Amino acid sequence: MSEISEHKILFGWEEIKKSLLTCIWFMFLTFPIMVIQVNTIHRTVEWRWERLFFVGAGAFLLSFLWRYMIRRKEAGIKREETAQNTHQDLLQRLLSNPRFSRPALAVAVLFFLTFPLVFSLYQIDIMTTALIYVVVALGLNIVVGLAGLLDLGYVAFFAVGAYTYALLNVHFQLGFWICLPIGGALGFLFGVLLGFPVLRLRGDYLAIVTLGFGEIIRLVLENWNEFSFGPSGIANIPRPGFMGMDLALHQNHTYIYYLMVGLTVFTIFVVRRLQDSRIGRAWTALREDEIACQAMGINKTRTKLSAFAIGATWAGMGGVVFAAKTTFINPASFTIWESVIILCCVVLGGMGSIIGVVAGALVLKLLPEYFRAFSEYRMLVFGTVLVLMMVFRPSGLISSVRRVYRFEGRNKLEGQP
Amino acid sequence: MLKLSDVQTFYGNIKALKGISIEIEQGEIVTLIGANGAGKTTTLMSISGIVPTRAGDISFEGRSITRMTPNDIVSLGICHVPEGRRIFPYLSVLENLDMGAFLRNDRSEVAKDLEYVLDLFPILAQRRHQAGGTLSGGEQQMLAISRALMARPRLLLLDEPSLGLAPLVVKRIFEIIEKINAENNTTIFLVEQNANLALKVAHRGYVMENGYITLSDKSRHLLANEDIRKAYLGI
Repeated sequence: MSEISEHKILFGWEEIKKSLLTCIWFMFLTFPIMVIQVNTIHRTVEWRWERLFFVGAGAFLLSFLWRYMIRRKEAGIKREETAQNTHQDLLQRLLSNPRFSRPALAVAVLFFLTFPLVFSLYQIDIMTTALIYVVVALGLNIVVGLAGLLDLGYVAFFAVGAYTYALLNVHFQLGFWICLPIGGALGFLFGVLLGFPVLRLRGDYLAIVTLGFGEIIRLVLENWNEFSFGPSGIANIPRPGFMGMDLALHQNHTYIYYLMVGLTVFTIFVVRRLQDSRIGRAWTALREDEIACQAMGINKTRTKLSAFAIGATWAGMGGVVFAAKTTFINPASFTIWESVIILCCVVLGGMGSIIGVVAGALVLKLLPEYFRAFSEYRMLVFGTVLVLMMVFRPSGLISSVRRVYRFEGRNKLEGQP
Repeated sequence: MLKLSDVQTFYGNIKALKGISIEIEQGEIVTLIGANGAGKTTTLMSISGIVPTRAGDISFEGRSITRMTPNDIVSLGICHVPEGRRIFPYLSVLENLDMGAFLRNDRSEVAKDLEYVLDLFPILAQRRHQAGGTLSGGEQQMLAISRALMARPRLLLLDEPSLGLAPLVVKRIFEIIEKINAENNTTIFLVEQNANLALKVAHRGYVMENGYITLSDKSRHLLANEDIRKAYLGI
């Protein structure tokens, strides 16, 4: 009975009335720009009334759709509560079922291994970029997803890695393979350096200060000409050689692609181990309750700092590969916007969930490439998608399994008189 | 075992502890009672180093711990069950307990202690894979105490274990507190608003008012004290 009444509410008059109001309000708001057009040459005013109709209809439909979705979501929550069901969504259930996840994993491995054989150079190139973002986003996932420290200046560490390789190569002719660990180590070092003064802050304050630090690094790179060659950047950074040989362009792209696949697998492996380790547990605990952590004897500063620095290490390594892949870097590649994108990968994918972050990074980097035709509307779509995600799937595409509760002793308890 | 001499703690410019001295002997249950805002919780926070003291000295087994970090203090054998339980809501019961043993590396001993606490509170064994946040208030308090026991403390600081719990559950928890004290010879420093109950299980008691210790005596004597009866026991 209650189901039927709920469905009635979904299409109620109340909703239509509200949508109608929204539609009128929108028509009023957009009236000056959409309808009136002043032709300054002929000194005439054009009234484009048909547009008013389109705006009205569009606003009404979207508003109605929005309300309908919200209603459905709320009804869904209510139903869940009454049923007392431990709800897992379909995707998660599939992923935790080995009969589905094993073949899926095999398909994924096969896909990534045969990718360069099947697809064009352009495809390989954007996939490599996407994989770099996967690695970097997994690094940020340690900081934001596990330790709960909102870092808005994360791209600074990416820049540190990229400039490490570029500068060491220009001045000392060091090769890619030596620079990769050095880039990681410098990322770690900068994580500690930047982390130390800011980690006594929490929440919003931490976000603002890290944002500032990210900008400082970029501005230093932009203005310290003697050191970083300023805004003109560094060109002709060599691609990684294979056993000391130089490769042809196509071979080289394929080579970097496989290298990136390897690095991604390595990252996933390490992050997974970290997550299940004692320090990973400490990060999660610290996010949940700082005072309790201190009472348990967890060193607050050191734990936070380790999250910050280990996260930065991955950004450093990602930066080295980025510099090697694009062969040219300048400070414009490391703006606050990149930080936001990486953060979006983490949040959209699902904070704290490795597979979610991987999916998030792939989606966010690949889709804009495939929809280049609509690149003018990219920001518009991006914003809309983010808002919709936060309303309808606040814990991300594939949320962390940590939030799923298991009731083991339940049947036993119910069986008791 | 634990000695506070003339300890002063500030929150910004506000003096919360105005020079208090407390002494606790090995194997005792000592309680600190007082009204809201008297400084009871601050006393515990000062001992465990979470809130730094500004003057005075705190020593544990003859060593000054006044300037030590909270994690060093835990490693010396002082474990604090904070007010309001503060368990980790998204970690499972077992993971919560494991966090209690964070500083220990002796796996077999930790496993033994895990068995011990699950024995102490069988309900936790039943709920071991459930997230901490889904437990009832009483179960959460049991989990908080168990988690502290996982550090194998020699001095256990308990901050209002009866807060917001049903009388029957409170009774059960206080029985366990006495049991822990008797079985393991764990010294317990108990902060409570429920003065009647606290004084019944404790050997000695301190009374706190406005950041000062105003009275200290054997529990029996405090229970019989006319002023205390009027102020805290409502008789």
